Amino acid sequence: MLQKQTRHVTMRERREWLLFALLLGPNLFLFGLFTYWPLLYNFYLSFVSWNFLRPRKRFVWFENYAEVFSQPQFWTIVWNTAIFALFSVGLTLLIGLALALLLNQPLRYRNGARAVLFSPVIMSGAVVAVVWSYIFDPRYGLIDQLLGLIGLSSPNWLGDPAWAMPAVIMVYVWKNLGYAVVIYLAGLQGIPRELYDAARVDGAAPWDRFWHVTLPGLSPVAFFLSVTSILATFQAFDIIKVLTNGGPVIATTTLIFHLYDLGFVSYNAGEAGVIAIVLFAIMLILTIIQLRYLEQRVAYS
Amino acid sequence: MALSEEITLTPTLETSWRTPRLWRFAGYLAMLATVIVIGLPVYWTVSAAFKTTGEIYRLPVTWFPAEPTLANFPQAWNAAPFERYYLNSFLTTLGGMAAEVTLAIMSAYALAFLRFPRKQLVFLLLLAALMIPVEITIVPNYLTVARLGWINTYAGIIIPGAAIAYGTFLLRQAFLSLPYEVIEAARVDGAGHLRIMFNVVMPMAQPAIVTMALLSMVAKWNDFLWPLIVTNTTNMRTLPIGIFWLRNSEGLINWGVIMAGSLFLIIPVLIVFLMVQRYIVDGIAAGAVKG
Repeated sequence: MLQKQTRHVTMRERREWLLFALLLGPNLFLFGLFTYWPLLYNFYLSFVSWNFLRPRKRFVWFENYAEVFSQPQFWTIVWNTAIFALFSVGLTLLIGLALALLLNQPLRYRNGARAVLFSPVIMSGAVVAVVWSYIFDPRYGLIDQLLGLIGLSSPNWLGDPAWAMPAVIMVYVWKNLGYAVVIYLAGLQGIPRELYDAARVDGAAPWDRFWHVTLPGLSPVAFFLSVTSILATFQAFDIIKVLTNGGPVIATTTLIFHLYDLGFVSYNAGEAGVIAIVLFAIMLILTIIQLRYLEQRVAYS
Repeated sequence: MALSEEITLTPTLETSWRTPRLWRFAGYLAMLATVIVIGLPVYWTVSAAFKTTGEIYRLPVTWFPAEPTLANFPQAWNAAPFERYYLNSFLTTLGGMAAEVTLAIMSAYALAFLRFPRKQLVFLLLLAALMIPVEITIVPNYLTVARLGWINTYAGIIIPGAAIAYGTFLLRQAFLSLPYEVIEAARVDGAGHLRIMFNVVMPMAQPAIVTMALLSMVAKWNDFLWPLIVTNTTNMRTLPIGIFWLRNSEGLINWGVIMAGSLFLIIPVLIVFLMVQRYIVDGIAAGAVKG
């Protein structure tokens, strides 16, 4: 009797296992083929010398690594990536915080303002960059008009190596600001009302309440935003490709752009593989930092 | 909530009615300034799309089209095979979205309600995929897709990006938060897993599924890097790639036409966004604060 029952359960369980495999299989198979396999394949590629339009491959051990790391332009590109990430994320987080605090006030039309702020987020980066390349036109563009109002003339934004990166950062911040605002607003709404009431009872001035209740309450959200935003800047391709094509010279070439360039302009699979691994390593470290932090937060709460 | 905020701003007698008004005025002013800064580039695009070429290249530049014209739109439409771009974008967006939503629902259901040995391990395998960005896979995936003979095909554009981890994760959370009694009741009534999935879980989790589908749709519609790599004929380009090439060929010649072409791409997304704004914005916020 008992044995019969266990066998019955196993049969049912087996059927569940089968269904589980059928439901999850396609997703996992695609991840295997188009996510995990490419990661491993990149490691292999980084050890071969191969123009992938031709059949001939040669195993070269660490030659690609030596080649990539010894080029001074590689370090310029790393620097560009860091500057782009730092300024884009810093500006987005600061301006985003100010705007979220503003839109958290009981003002009429604030939902409309939030929609306007968010709309660039859902626009195609390629089209945004096309539009801005007209805005940056040093003679007929919008920015030149605005600078003209205060008696300045526009620099040659996209043609001058000194101004191209600020231009890219400006477009990137314009496009992604709304995302930060929405996340901050969700964070602000998550701060318990009682904390403000308690602070008020204790006689805390508005500034003190901001400093001791709002900011600490927002810190988890700000941390989440900063990590995900940095990761996003490492993946920013469309704006750079369309706005500056990595130039002038290599003034706006970042690691992801370099990877594309090595892969699909030079067809150099080996060096592209090295860049892919460098990029993956940096992003993995950032993700692990984030997970550690989340774990801690869960442990403390 | 709104009221209490105002009350706290009036601690001293002499400013009791002035301060909040001043604050509110400053608030509205700041809001207006923000909307203008964010909106101006879009306004600039729209106004240029209605200007004649002569007007665009005349100094001083005009803020409003002096002689509004519709000529840029047909000119843009004829400068590139836009009907083909639309078709390609619609097919790859709908196909990609359908694939992602289907895979996410199936995977989330399995992870939420079915038993499997070492299920946590399978879940981790899926989550770990989130750490491998698409961007670093482009060269190997190009080689795979080329070997499959999928260059310049819809399959080549859609399938490599169809697997979904984040959406699976979000839907699994949504499925787990559904009232368990309802699902149990259906089971007692003799419903099998597939029936429970279609008739009970999916209708109840509809808001989460819609949000996920919309986010997936926007991402597919705007996707640039992968379609750029995997297509090399004009006929297989999607809208973002088409606009990019239109700008490169038409370039610094005719901004009015380029801006009109840009509107072809922006307008559909903006319309969808304004209709379903709440789903998208709330979905993004919820994912972030929970995650």
